[in-house]
Formats: sequence, structure tokens, C-alpha cells
Amino acid sequence: MTRAAKYLSLVLGSAVVLAPLTAILLTSLRTSAEMADASPLAAPGNWLNLQNYVVAFTDGHMLRALWNTAFILVFSVAGTVLIGSMTAYAVDRFRFRFRRVVLGLFLIASLVPSVTTQVATYQIVNTLGAVDTRWAPILLYLGTDIVSIHIFLQFIRSIPVALDEAARLDGARTSTIYWRIILPLLRPAIATVVIIKGVAVYNDFYIPFLYLPDDSLGTISTSLFRFKGPYGAHWEVIAAGAALVIIPSLVVFLALQRFVYNGLSAGAVK
Amino acid sequence: MTSRWFTPWLYLLVPLALLVTFTYLPVVDMVSYSFTDWDGLSPVSDFVGLGNYVDLLTRPELFQVFAVSLCYLVGSAVQIVAALYFATVLSFHTRFRNLFKGILFFPYLINGVAVGFVFLYFFQPGGTLDTVLHWFGLGPRLWLGNPDLVNWSLAGVSVWRFMGLNMVLFIGAIQSIPPDLYEASDLDGASRWQRFRHIIAPGIRPIIGLSAILAISGSLSVFEIPFIMTGGANNSETFVIQTVKLAFTFDKTGLASAAAVVLLLIVLAVTWAQRRLFPEEAA
Repeated sequence: MTRAAKYLSLVLGSAVVLAPLTAILLTSLRTSAEMADASPLAAPGNWLNLQNYVVAFTDGHMLRALWNTAFILVFSVAGTVLIGSMTAYAVDRFRFRFRRVVLGLFLIASLVPSVTTQVATYQIVNTLGAVDTRWAPILLYLGTDIVSIHIFLQFIRSIPVALDEAARLDGARTSTIYWRIILPLLRPAIATVVIIKGVAVYNDFYIPFLYLPDDSLGTISTSLFRFKGPYGAHWEVIAAGAALVIIPSLVVFLALQRFVYNGLSAGAVK
Repeated sequence: MTSRWFTPWLYLLVPLALLVTFTYLPVVDMVSYSFTDWDGLSPVSDFVGLGNYVDLLTRPELFQVFAVSLCYLVGSAVQIVAALYFATVLSFHTRFRNLFKGILFFPYLINGVAVGFVFLYFFQPGGTLDTVLHWFGLGPRLWLGNPDLVNWSLAGVSVWRFMGLNMVLFIGAIQSIPPDLYEASDLDGASRWQRFRHIIAPGIRPIIGLSAILAISGSLSVFEIPFIMTGGANNSETFVIQTVKLAFTFDKTGLASAAAVVLLLIVLAVTWAQRRLFPEEAA
């Protein structure tokens, strides 16, 4: 393979990724009059026309969506870190009856794709009275996240047991050991879990769509999805809405690139 | 250990309660619903034995949704090959390496609904794709309107979205291959293809195996992109869209549960096959 072919393929691949996104960006900056006659890749008349963004943000209730998503995100991510690290601590640092059974329950659960069980899960969430409350997605994100537990389990094994023992000889209780020694030393694993969980929750559509049908509980995904009806013919507004949702992901990616790549590799090879 | 016997259980109480409530209980419930004609609402339901399974396996729509899965499976194969190619290229000295890697990977981080809208616009009649093809003298097509083409268009979106993830995972695996192997192969005068075939491919076999399995179970459980873009209309209904519609639109909880059990069994079988084919390798 010659060098030219290599760079040509990379440029071509990048063009395929960027073309649909560029079209959306250009469209989001057009006026509705320009929409009628311009080609999808034509430049907008005014590069700073943010009118569509204003419409998308206010009429699309994006502020409310951002609040709902942030609420769910904070509780899910914090809860996932606590649950995953507590499980790893209990299973790795204690010897007790049924330990292997507990470990097996968590390992086998990772084989069950939650997309298949929603028919029955819905009934359980319904019985708990949690449908149409923000606790439904929080509970589900906490209860079905096995990958994070695997990441913590793997990482905790590299923390020397001698540290726990020294603390115990000094009279520390197990809760003190967990909070003061284990949790701080798990920091790299926590960073990984926060990133993969954060990305998954911010982008999830299926669970909020099923469990939060109420308009006022729209998340980023479901609120954007609701653009489809009223703005069906107004692509400039839909494009602005999509861009509004994509921009935070881009900012986070640019800021935390290295962590994102490492986190995904750690999450896949659980 | 000097702590009392119940100490570990204090830490496990909440995690186990959540695990049982939201993973194991649904599986048990789902299997029991699948033998009834329950509508998901009424307090009573009748036992129908294997009726739902017979109904499911004799519906002509069933074969349709599996045919749709095949399009996504072909898409996944393309995705893995492209990811292997770009991962290999980007693992060695290349100008703007991080820029290319970032661009190719970024779609994976984009919200699914946004991806759906981006491509609804991209595939519109007279839209971006038709415009670009016109520059090369190719005629317009009904990318989403033609029932023979729609699933290939949607599978293409899926490749666009997930190729970068595979690529990043492959790059991670390639970087863990000891560099002296490449040096040795260079001294032996190996070609780039030979280097890929005999050093890189065997070195990252486990992650390729894992990706292949995820591709198969992923192809069967496609939901988001077709649901957002076409709603399953026009021949693009997938297994999960069909199940969700049965359960939540037509209130056929019993039948939907049977469908979900079938999907779960297939996914478990595929995973079991992977463990047999790629034993104890990392994954």
C-alpha cells in the first residue's frame, strides 16, 4: 500500500463521517426562506444566524430536558460508583459463605441483554409506581449495570490487601476502610465508570422513551425526538436541535479524549 | 477476617436487591408471561401453553424481521473490516493520526436521536447524499422510501455510528503487541499484508472474536436507529421494534414475552458459542 492510498483512504473515511454532520450544521444556520431553494450543502447567507437555535432551545424545552437529563445522570452515575465499588469491596475483601454464588449471579447477569427483558421490567417498574417519575430510569441504570461492577472488581484486585490490614490493626472499622482507603484508591476505575456511564445515560433513548412518556419529563433524547412531529417540515429547526444535543458531546470529547479512549477499552474487555 | 459474618452482606444488600429486581425477576416473569395470553393490564390471564411460541414461529412477519437482521449483520461485517483497516493504519506512524482517529471515532459519542435526524436529512430525496452522488453523475434514489433499499441505508447508519468504537478497541489491542515483533518482521522483509496477517491479526484475535459476537447479538437487537428514522415502516421493522409494538401498542404482553424469550435464547446461544470458540481469552 502506498502512502498516497493510505492518506486518501483516511481523508475519504473522514469525509464520510463529516458530510452528514456538516449538512446539519449548515442547515441549522439557514433562514426558512433559504431552505426553499438552497442545495443542502450550500453555505448559509449569514453564518451567525442563530435564530433556529433560539427556537429549538425555547420551543423544544431543551432547558427542561437538560435539567431532567442532569438529574438522572447525577444520581445514576453516583449510584453506579457506590454500588459497583461496594460490591467489589464485599466480594474481593471478605471470605464468606455463598461468596462464589454472589459472584456468579453478577457474572451471569452480564449475559442478559436488558433490551430483551423490558416487557417484564416495565411491569415491575409499574408495580413500584415509578413509571413517569425520574426514578424509573435511575433505578434501571443502577440495577442493570454489570459492566461497572466488572471494572471495579478488576481494579480492586490491584490494590494491596496489606493496606486494609494495616488500617484494621490500627482499629479501623470496615466502613472506614471502604471510605478512606478503597474508594480513594479506586479513582482511576471511578473515572472510567463515570465516563462510560455518563455517555450511556446522556445518549440513551430506549429507557426514557418507555418509562417517561410525560412531556414534562422529557430527557435530551426524548425531547429531541418530539421535534419530529411539530417541526416535520422545518429542517432548519430540527438541525439546530440536533446540533444543540451534539455540541456538549463534542466538548466533553475534546476535553477528555484520553480518558474516553481508555475508558472504552477498559469497559469492553471486562 | 475479624469482622462479623454479616458485614459483607451489608455492602451487598442494595446491589443484590437491584440485581434481582431488575435482571433476574424480569427474566423469570417474562418466561411465565410467555405461556399466557395476558394483555399487560387486566388482573386475569389464561394459560395458553406453547400457543404464543407456535403463533410466533408461524407468523410470516417473523421471517421478515430476521431478513432485516441479515442486512445489519452484513453491515457489521463491513464495519469490522473497515475498523481493522483503519486501526492498523492508525497504529503506525501517520500524520494527523490523532485528528483522523478522533474524527472516525466521534460518531459513537453522538446521541442516537441526533444521529437519526442527521441521517433522515442526509437521505432525504434531493438531500445531501443525492447532491453528492450527482457530482459524480449518479442518479438519486429513495434511500428510505424504497423497501428493498431502506434496510441497507439504515445498516449504513449503524456502520457510520459504531465503526469508530471497534477501531478504538482494535487500536488498544494492537498497541499491546510487543514492538520487537514488528522489528523482527521488518528485518525478515515481511510485507505490510504479511505483517497484518501473521502478527497483528493473531495478536488481537480475542477482541476480534468479541466484536464478532457483539455484532451478531447487536444485529438481532437493533432498535434505536430504525425506530427513530422510520418507525419500522416500509419493511424496516426489526425484532425489537416488533416486540415493543406487540407489548406497548397492541397490549399483547404474552406474545411479546415469548418473542423476547426467543431473542434472549438466541443471544445466550451466540454468547455460549463465543466462549467455546474463543475460550478464556480476555473477554
